[in-house]
Amino acid sequence: MIEFKLPSLGADMDKGTLLEWRVQPGDAVSKGQVVAVVDTTKAAVDVECWQEGNVHELLVGPGATVAVGTTLAVFREPGDTPEQLAGARARISAAAAAAAAPVAPAPAGGAPGLRPPAVAAAAERRVSPAARKRAQELGVDIDAVQGTGPHGAVSIADVERGAAAKTPAPADRARALRQTIAMAMARSKREIPHYYLAEEINLASAVEWLRRENERRPVTERLLLACLYLKAVALAARRHPALNGYFRDGEFRPSEAVHLGVAISLRGGGLIAPAIHDVDRLSLAELMRAMSDLVTRARAGSLRSSEMSDPTLTVTNLGEQSVDAVFGVIYPPQVALVGFGQVRERPAVVQGEIKPAQTVTASLSADHRASDGHDGALFLATVRELLQHPERLTP
Amino acid sequence: MTEMDAESLRQVLFAALRPIAPEASPEEVRGDLPLRDQIDLDSMDFLHFVLALHDRLGIDIPESDYPQLTTIDAIVAYLQQRQRANG
Repeated sequence: MIEFKLPSLGADMDKGTLLEWRVQPGDAVSKGQVVAVVDTTKAAVDVECWQEGNVHELLVGPGATVAVGTTLAVFREPGDTPEQLAGARARISAAAAAAAAPVAPAPAGGAPGLRPPAVAAAAERRVSPAARKRAQELGVDIDAVQGTGPHGAVSIADVERGAAAKTPAPADRARALRQTIAMAMARSKREIPHYYLAEEINLASAVEWLRRENERRPVTERLLLACLYLKAVALAARRHPALNGYFRDGEFRPSEAVHLGVAISLRGGGLIAPAIHDVDRLSLAELMRAMSDLVTRARAGSLRSSEMSDPTLTVTNLGEQSVDAVFGVIYPPQVALVGFGQVRERPAVVQGEIKPAQTVTASLSADHRASDGHDGALFLATVRELLQHPERLTP
Repeated sequence: MTEMDAESLRQVLFAALRPIAPEASPEEVRGDLPLRDQIDLDSMDFLHFVLALHDRLGIDIPESDYPQLTTIDAIVAYLQQRQRANG
């Protein structure tokens, strides 16, 4: 038996609103399958399942806002007995009732049906069972409804008003996104002792290599310089694991895999940094396709839960905005962020002579709890070395 | 493909831009001013734009021609010239 829970969708997201189920009871689910769509302040996220089974019961209905870790559905595995499934159902109901405890009783006797959201509600606020039931029917987050009854009690009328106002206006969405970013960045600056390094990299070889590559490639397979940046960072991260992983529970754990978060600015404001998986293992062509697809989907507001939850190191490229260098804020629980500024012609000393050359400033913001400046310097030197020998970026 | 006149090419061009930069309307974007000064296009957006023109017109624009694609008017003129060369 599998309890399918709302996964973490990044350090800055602690709840999500279920938009729709992509499966129904009885359906078989396979690894990697998208089973639900959940709205966050940043995007509508396709939530994937990483186990196999059959959908036994959906516990949360569209419109409900639930905390990360909430059981959304129960999947049956071969060999599960009806008693086991009933037992699990009772346990989940009890947990839900406990989460909602001070506010209102759980649905009577754990009867089948979609249960109310388990986000902790404001203390001592009264919600009538009828209002809670109506909220479920309308898919309204009961905790977000303003009560107008005595002592702020929530009535059916309040819930219906809440339903009418539920669809967020674009301005609300932008504000929510701003708040999400604010929370993550404030946490980063509060908790992470950042150190910063920068290095100017001569890109003459990389730019020339790219020009020749793109000349022989059809437009559909053309590469961008950003693709070389990502690949160089990924290979350098593999060589310098102190920059790649998570700092959690007072301890740094390096990651075997290199999942690069790609900072993507959204039209209309805001920023999102979903992951491209295993960048160190992708060919440049595969990486370019993944990048193009990710940018398109991020801007259309359609990402996958695995992309949101597990970047191990983030890269930001602000070169298009003509800044020389970027000293970024690390996205927790990651421990580093690599930035690239504008590529332009600058005086460079090559073999004792000053020559104009295309250069870029690569920078590193790193968490001093996980690494020291020396590690960071070696990491940046590897990035430089790889970008100066672009042929080493291809397998 | 039959050769398109400047106005039709302009329409194709804005249709290609729409999914990339929805804010770029034919009424607001000036044809004689640099496109990238008027709308926020990064290199990925620009590549998607070039890809969309390829899909719609069958014209593969080499990177070495990108410097010519500055304004809407310049892109229209470039595409007309490419159509004549292909025709």
